[in-house]
Amino acid sequence: MNTFNNLSRRNFLFASAAVGGGLALGFALPVGKVDAATVNSAKRINIWVEVAPDNTVTIKYARSEMGQGSLTSAPQLVADELDANWDQVRIAYVDVHEHLLMNKAWGSMQTVGSQTIRNSQDYLRKAGATARAMLVAAAAQSWKVPASEITVQNGIVAHAASKKQSGFGALAALAATMPVPKDVTVKDPKNWHIIGQSMPRIDIPASVNGAQVYGVDVSLPGMVYAAIAQCPVFGGKARSFDAASARERRGVIDVFTIDGDTSVVVVADNWWRAKQALAEVQIEWDDNGNGKVDDASIRKFFRDGLAAKDADPLRNNKGDVDGALKGATKVLEAEYFTPYLSHSPMEPMGATVQIGADQVQVWASTQAADGLAGEVAGALQRKPEEIYVHRVQAGGGFGRRGGGDYARQAALIAAKLPQGTPVKLLWTREEDTQHGMYRPLAMYKLQAGLDANNTIVGWRTRIASGSLMSQRIGAPLGKNGDAMATEGFSRLPYNVANQDHSYIERRTHIPIGFWRTVGWSQTPFAREQFIDELAQAAGEDPLQFRLRHMAQDELSRHILEVAANAADWKTPPAKGVFRGIATTEPYDSFTAAVVELSVNDAGVIRIHRIVQAINSGHVVNPNNVEAQLQGATVWALTAAMWGEIGIEQGRVKQSNFHDYRVLRLSEMPKVEVVLAPTGGFWGGVGEPGQAPLLPAFCNALAAATGKRYRTLPLRQYGLTLA
Amino acid sequence: MKLQINDQVHEVDVEPEMPLLWVLRDILELKGTKYGCGIAQCGACTVHVDGEPMRSCVMPVSVAVGKRITTIEGLSHDASHPVQQAWIKHQVPQCGYCQSGQIMAAAALLNKKPQPTDADINAAMSNICRCGTYKRIRDAIHDVAGTKPEVATEFTNAANV
Repeated sequence: MNTFNNLSRRNFLFASAAVGGGLALGFALPVGKVDAATVNSAKRINIWVEVAPDNTVTIKYARSEMGQGSLTSAPQLVADELDANWDQVRIAYVDVHEHLLMNKAWGSMQTVGSQTIRNSQDYLRKAGATARAMLVAAAAQSWKVPASEITVQNGIVAHAASKKQSGFGALAALAATMPVPKDVTVKDPKNWHIIGQSMPRIDIPASVNGAQVYGVDVSLPGMVYAAIAQCPVFGGKARSFDAASARERRGVIDVFTIDGDTSVVVVADNWWRAKQALAEVQIEWDDNGNGKVDDASIRKFFRDGLAAKDADPLRNNKGDVDGALKGATKVLEAEYFTPYLSHSPMEPMGATVQIGADQVQVWASTQAADGLAGEVAGALQRKPEEIYVHRVQAGGGFGRRGGGDYARQAALIAAKLPQGTPVKLLWTREEDTQHGMYRPLAMYKLQAGLDANNTIVGWRTRIASGSLMSQRIGAPLGKNGDAMATEGFSRLPYNVANQDHSYIERRTHIPIGFWRTVGWSQTPFAREQFIDELAQAAGEDPLQFRLRHMAQDELSRHILEVAANAADWKTPPAKGVFRGIATTEPYDSFTAAVVELSVNDAGVIRIHRIVQAINSGHVVNPNNVEAQLQGATVWALTAAMWGEIGIEQGRVKQSNFHDYRVLRLSEMPKVEVVLAPTGGFWGGVGEPGQAPLLPAFCNALAAATGKRYRTLPLRQYGLTLA
Repeated sequence: MKLQINDQVHEVDVEPEMPLLWVLRDILELKGTKYGCGIAQCGACTVHVDGEPMRSCVMPVSVAVGKRITTIEGLSHDASHPVQQAWIKHQVPQCGYCQSGQIMAAAALLNKKPQPTDADINAAMSNICRCGTYKRIRDAIHDVAGTKPEVATEFTNAANV
């Protein structure tokens, strides 16, 4: 592994304040000292690349950073094609307001779906190659030599024959006036020198000395603080409240409701005082008729969905499953269940808003900065161009910050205060746990038959779950079911001649959202365990059984074999130790995992080894991909062992980390990450690691205990993690 | 009340029951110490009080009077503390939000036990990280201590094709 000693913060430049037109209101941006003179004299070669006279190259970054690392890896794509010297590269967020004024010139700001690299690699590499071509054209013109004889290497433009050479800085002004080449060729991957390198993450130095600024850390002169109580039953509102004693408390400025009385807010001169006062407000809630919904009623509603007649068949259905099952030697049937889950990023929800006469300033940790501007504009009935969203590091996102509910609330609170008053809204952890956008609850009913040769002849899937497309996005469901809820079944990697998959939406009053790895966080729990059940019925090794059924799926075979080889699958484990394996195809990547564990009589699981293998096509920053897969392991094991948001009286039962248990360091198993890129495509890396791990873990548990665990979390079976 | 924080004396006029965390963050503008749970579960708010790692979200400020308080801002002036350097070397943080607390917990552990065992690390490092940086935290602590993790992990970086 590379070492990262003696790192400075030189790469980390937040120039958005200066370049974007002085919008920062004196707000001290997190790190890197911006030399205003340098920034102002920088020439914009194109919207992604700015070059200063001192040869520093500022590469723009359009998405958000929440720990996934693409603040570093996406600019690597530009820098490589530019043949820049990485030591001279600075990175700056694209100014959100400028982006909106320029008709979203920088493309998507959505930092979701493990898509930053795979969806922007084409235009980012071309942006680097285009800027390089313009620097070359400028050199050719000023040196009066043919452009074809000019080379660029490590930030130096050179012409060998005339012995002329220059840094980028001296050429930038002329380069910016050169015609933009229409077609540029990007490099053959074998010539990459920055892509594929474990460049140290530029945001890490600020994360070790407290300098990193997150949404909740924003501080403005004259700022007041807000604490919020949202109706515990989703969709309900405050019928009345009594704030007489709360108003008497030190520092309290105001108490009011916002957003159609759905929330009660206390504003005070610091947040703790606001929170303490809010606890004294007597609120009478109206539950909007949902006060009797509980786990049992929800499960019945979903189970009924498994038998309902009006499910949507998926597009990949084929053949005659009824006929195939009738002729099968063995038929297996199983039901799987995955609960609601909360994201619970370490930084709770919050935002700071200041409303001026013709400008609204917003500071928030977000995964969708441009969307956030729209949400705030909508809440305040302002024009989107009046909204100025300032980005900061997000203290985790995992999908929760794709929605801007917290910024919308902060804007509604600011609107109730004297104009110009900056207000910071911060949710408690309890509000965060109980007002999430939860991973949809889902039930799966699977049925499959084996013929006399133990080949799968027919497969039926019925999925009942919430629909992110319909409930969260508001898009009509097509005839093919919900795309996210059916991931993993809408294209089986296994050859099965007769397939019948169907989906039925089950909508409750519980808000649902995109939870890290989305459908792929739960569908493999059913699919990859059921394949193991079939292998067991066939009396065959689960790896061999899978490989035998994926003759045409070369990349699925490849990653399974990579994981199996790395885990020494062919060598039997020690006595009392058991293995499980699984494979998945999430986010255009291929991932497979092997888990080795033992379970004692008391149900204590000891994980001896985990192998995580990924083929993401190309790898931009290997060390960061490794980090993502290590993290995904923690995420998956947490969901497996303890993850559950339960409902009683229409509200969430859990409230904080004492009852929404997550994995801790002492429980972290040995994880080996294997990067096995085959080239030829670009797959995501932030989410895919979780997909195969959960079923591989459960398959190992089944091997160890002889029992199948079809309902999550595993805590309910009396299992604990050593 | 007089508080001694990072070798400076601060005079604050707040309720005695106000948790130290909120005095640090909202009164003294020391934002490196984080709020994560408010019930001493997650450790994002860890600071040193007379050298002991304490969860400042549940510590009334009155209890901190007369004691030496060190926050992440005071651990070193230039991120030169060995734990901070090891955190960079091992590229530990992902989102980074919990890392002030993790680093303060690790620094206190190493101060007390310069060569901690894995069991010592398990006991001392109960802070929550949702990004899942635990493996690198363990490696970084061992690196500072000059010891090796019993739970070694490898990283196979196949060539980029």
